[in-house]
Amino acid sequence: MTAQSESNIRNPDNRPSKNRPVIRKLLGLVLLMFGFGYALVPLYDVFCDVTGLNGKTGERIDLPVAGTIDEKRLVRVVFLASLNEAMPWEFKPQQSFIEVHPGKPTTVNYIAKNISDKDITGQAVPSVAPGLAAAYFQKTECFCFTQQALEPGEEKIMPVTFIVDTQLPANMNELYLSYTFFTSQLNNKDSSQSIALSLHNQDQKL
Amino acid sequence: MNAVIEEHHDHDHKPGGIGRWLFSTNHKDIGSMYLWFAFLMFFIGGSLALLIRAELFQPGLQIVEPDFFNQLTTLHGLIMVFGVIMPAFVGLANWQLPMMIGAPDMALPRMNNWSFWLLPGAFGMLLASLVMSIMGMGSAPNFGWTFYAPLSTTYGPSSTDFFIFSVHLMGISSVMGAINVIATIMNMRAPGMNYMKMPIFVWTWFITAYLLIAVMPVLAGAVTMMLTDRHFGTSFFNAAGGGDPVMFQHIFWFFGHPEVYIMILPAFGIISQIVPTFSRKPLFGYSSMVYATASIAFLSFIVWAHHMFTTGMPVAGELFFMYSTMLIAVPTGVKVFNWVSTMWKGSLTFETPMLFAIAFIFLFTMGGFTGLMLCIVPADFQYHDTYFVVAHFHYVLVTGAAFSIMAAVYYWLPKWTGHMYDEKLGKLHFWLTCISSNVLFFPMHFIGLAGMPRRIPDYALQFTEFNQIATIGAFVFGFSQLIFLYLIIKCVRGGEKATSEVWEGAQGLEFELPSPAPFHSYTTPPEVK
Repeated sequence: MTAQSESNIRNPDNRPSKNRPVIRKLLGLVLLMFGFGYALVPLYDVFCDVTGLNGKTGERIDLPVAGTIDEKRLVRVVFLASLNEAMPWEFKPQQSFIEVHPGKPTTVNYIAKNISDKDITGQAVPSVAPGLAAAYFQKTECFCFTQQALEPGEEKIMPVTFIVDTQLPANMNELYLSYTFFTSQLNNKDSSQSIALSLHNQDQKL
Repeated sequence: MNAVIEEHHDHDHKPGGIGRWLFSTNHKDIGSMYLWFAFLMFFIGGSLALLIRAELFQPGLQIVEPDFFNQLTTLHGLIMVFGVIMPAFVGLANWQLPMMIGAPDMALPRMNNWSFWLLPGAFGMLLASLVMSIMGMGSAPNFGWTFYAPLSTTYGPSSTDFFIFSVHLMGISSVMGAINVIATIMNMRAPGMNYMKMPIFVWTWFITAYLLIAVMPVLAGAVTMMLTDRHFGTSFFNAAGGGDPVMFQHIFWFFGHPEVYIMILPAFGIISQIVPTFSRKPLFGYSSMVYATASIAFLSFIVWAHHMFTTGMPVAGELFFMYSTMLIAVPTGVKVFNWVSTMWKGSLTFETPMLFAIAFIFLFTMGGFTGLMLCIVPADFQYHDTYFVVAHFHYVLVTGAAFSIMAAVYYWLPKWTGHMYDEKLGKLHFWLTCISSNVLFFPMHFIGLAGMPRRIPDYALQFTEFNQIATIGAFVFGFSQLIFLYLIIKCVRGGEKATSEVWEGAQGLEFELPSPAPFHSYTTPPEVK
């Protein structure tokens, strides 16, 4: 009796349920929005690429054979270096800044040294400030294109070759190129976790 | 045939004992379970808040360790948002929607049962991490309720996985609840009740349900990305692998901002039901109320980055999010204007639900104004992550959302139980709650402007007095809620008989049913003119 009367209360005329199509559409919407959450990941990158926001520099370009060089203009490029977390490396640029003509390929060196007693692989992540200048900063060679592995005590010179685009807006005369080295998660799962753990322990000691 | 069915219903065939609750498909029983669950969580989350306030009574560390303090703020936030405000609104929807639209029950009663019973599992899991932390087995989630990466990915404690799956369960529960609400409203309205004749509470829940369906899956996606970042070698939020931690904040707040409207739109609906009753006038500007709700829902999707002004956004982005945020004040202002106009020249009486409703209008508007201050980019750089923000969102969530839930309980309790509640106790509860919540939250504006950051267990000496005032307010506020608990139990057990109308001249289909409302609300649909 229960099932019978229950269904009768809700559907006195025994019509086909109107709920099914509603549920189907709404479940579709749920799946769509779950997918949208994931789609935000590539959309975020595309958005940053198109607008040049976020200071993300582009992919590697080939060295132009004979580009125009704007001899009349000098742009100062300042180099910054930092290490993420408690990464046991020393990392600094060989010179703190350079003045270049737009369009002229320039090479500068960073120096990294592993001061721990373990093999550590790192990944450098570049960033250019002001963010809108990132689109005019092109790299033909960079240590940030691949992961860098250093043995204990090993020191390495890491070159980067770049061209400041001649189209760089006139109001930008000083660019900041910053590299942050991260312990590579893929190859050093243990070491990154031990760093996390040591930070956590520091917290607890507070 | 009809007569036979009706005869059956007078028996209210419900299984006895625990089975009545475990297997319930009845909207009233499930609504009651949601409301009691929210009330229990309110006391648990509130106890955590009292621990926080006790620690902050003096500078220096007295009661808890800093790491445990972080766990307290995290769980307080998560429990109050997902365990109190949201389930309480779903409980109110369960009780009221079928009665207000003239339906016998919700459209999908079995799913209704499931969406409730997922919640004890979800919160059992979340609270288990806290219990384990107290017992010395690792740490509960300690990264704040916003669980920003990499705090929750690289540095999250092992219990983060408990948190992730508990959020998954809460999300499934909310989404199913929302589907049920939409199906009920679309398919089960009484003949003649077209969309523009629905009570405003029904309208606000209709729109809220769409917001839930739109953003809870995004939250589920965010925690799933966290899970794979933590255990399966992906790098969504890890810069070393090509990801971006700032992107986490974008995804989180894309969910998070509509979420704050999920927690306030039903409140708007409740206030729009209560104010006309005690003003003895119809609601001023019904259709503008509907359109304002819809505009707020739309705007909620394009303002999320105002939570992230200090992450280093370009000026164009900051301006866009600043102006779009300011725009929200327009439909919200329409609502406040309509409530005040409803009261204008009405014959007002001040029973407890009306007192809470008026307090809501006044105090929520203050929370709205501090929101406007926060959306101004240059000012936000000073206010960001200070106690000013804490003051802002407690004004809109405690004296806003929580007050509206209390107002709704007082307003409909006689309909649910068949007894009038103790008006004297209700007034006592209101005045203690209203005054103490201001003693608790108002000083936070000042210490925030003076520079005290949020989420810290210790602070500079000059903030001491205001923190002490806030702590005193917190304890009065917390213990006043015991009056509320006592009052509800007393009302359930007996009291003066309530009429079917309950309040003089109360309008709406729920007030045409007898009090207490029958187990199945409208077994024959009423005719709506």
